Amino acid sequence: MSQMTIAAPRQRFARGASNTILIIIGLCFLVPLGWILFASFDTRATLAVEWPKNLSIDNFTAIMTVDQTWRPLWNSTLLSTGAAVITVLASILAAYPLSRFAMRFNKPFMYAVLFGTCLPITAMMVPVYSLFVRLNLLDSLWGTVFFMAATSLPMAIWMTKNFMDGVPISLEEAAWTDGASAMVTLRAVVLPLMRPGLAVVFIFVFIQAWGNFFVPFVLLLSPEKQPAAVSIFAFFGQHGAVAYGQLAAFSLIYSIPVLGLYVLVSRFTGSSFAMSGAVKG
Amino acid sequence: MPLLPAVALLALFMLGPVLWSFYGSFTNAALTGVNAANPDWVGLDNYRKLFADPDFPKAIWLTVVFVFASAVVGQNVLGVLLAMLMRSSQKIIRVVVGTLIVTAWILPEIVAAFAAYAFFSKEGSLNSLLAIVGITGKSWLYATPMLAVILANVWRGTAFSMMVYSAALNDVPPEITEAATVDGAGGYKRLIYITLPMIRRSISTNLMLTTLQTLSVFTLIYVMTAGGPGTNSSTLPILAYQQAFKFAQVGYGTAIATIMLIIGGVFAVIYIRTLKPEVD
Repeated sequence: MSQMTIAAPRQRFARGASNTILIIIGLCFLVPLGWILFASFDTRATLAVEWPKNLSIDNFTAIMTVDQTWRPLWNSTLLSTGAAVITVLASILAAYPLSRFAMRFNKPFMYAVLFGTCLPITAMMVPVYSLFVRLNLLDSLWGTVFFMAATSLPMAIWMTKNFMDGVPISLEEAAWTDGASAMVTLRAVVLPLMRPGLAVVFIFVFIQAWGNFFVPFVLLLSPEKQPAAVSIFAFFGQHGAVAYGQLAAFSLIYSIPVLGLYVLVSRFTGSSFAMSGAVKG
Repeated sequence: MPLLPAVALLALFMLGPVLWSFYGSFTNAALTGVNAANPDWVGLDNYRKLFADPDFPKAIWLTVVFVFASAVVGQNVLGVLLAMLMRSSQKIIRVVVGTLIVTAWILPEIVAAFAAYAFFSKEGSLNSLLAIVGITGKSWLYATPMLAVILANVWRGTAFSMMVYSAALNDVPPEITEAATVDGAGGYKRLIYITLPMIRRSISTNLMLTTLQTLSVFTLIYVMTAGGPGTNSSTLPILAYQQAFKFAQVGYGTAIATIMLIIGGVFAVIYIRTLKPEVD
């Protein structure tokens, strides 16, 4: 804002107005978030946001059991890591020929991928359920992992190809001249150069899978396989009306990993508005 | 062939369910019992039932209202507004408010849904804030369920539009707006004749993407109102889920899912054809 250094009165007024409106909007966004934070430290929390009457960490200690917290979080970790690893591997392999070789089906394939990113996944969950019944994949952790990987694959291929396009081809040509095969070149030359991009794709898929509620809610039935998103909903159904503090505490613990990863990914991309660029059309 | 893993995954878990959805919508598949294992072919029965069911046009209408109010109007207008305000505000305010808005977006959807539920509940934050100024609030989730879920979705999703528009506004060359200022165009005129036309591509892309995202919102509504009271906030995803899993009519739920897939597909084709995103 260099042109604002010698501010005319009118500009100063505009700036003051912008600040005020932004603060008001910010407060509207803050209140629901503040409830989670304050209620989690209040053993007598209600549904309204207020400074803890009874400030303590009892809510956190109360939910620190295997059934309540650790196993669901572990399941979330398995699901999200599995989906992210499979997605990243498959999209590296798919993006390489798409980015490097001009083939006849490149364009139709990328359009199909783009179409896939647009499809409403929630619309598919009923047919996916009956398909999983048929394939005997219902209540299978692996089935769910592969389904989540497949649904995030279109976006991941799109992002990976864009990152790969940014790696200059001249280095590979040198490697090819020295007799390296395409796969060796991919592993030894291209991938090391696009590590930050791959990290962005990995974290993007991980965050989506970690936060996904509907897919595991429909596909995983036994409580010992369910991730945190589903177990927290069951908790809400059973004790929601009494233990708001514990609900908020669990929500907070469950949210921290994705908030941390988001901060990490904004470091990689050098912008606090990370990921919007990846999705920009 | 390095494309194979990706193609296999997409064929089995994306194309498979889509085809299965078309097939399943012509059967009387149930959740349990004989019709779960061996559903019968019933032709167009599910669709006939669907169009005779008063809940279906209602769900379509509610979905249209939800998408239009929360995505097309709410998220996009608020997103542009925020992106512009952020350009002319103090850095510290910009950073703090931006972080709050992005936090609501990056939180797991179930947590965001709980937060919104608590906010709009009868004993929730909104009513306790209204009580300070002497207004006795309603039970929003029962009295005005659509309003509550629409506002909640604006709260949840505006960050995306804000980020897209911030990036777009950064690409508008300052010379052009300066030239307009020199020619005597005020702030409002600059917005209508210069800034918005310059970012129109981002606007149409973002409108399309937020529409598609909002079309498939399930968790937020399911946690806040479960589609109720009655079916007063049952959008298509909620209706499909309830028919399939609550009333055990999987075939019927699949027919609703198929219609949603077709709607989503049509939007996707419009988006790809009119905006022609670069694929090379």
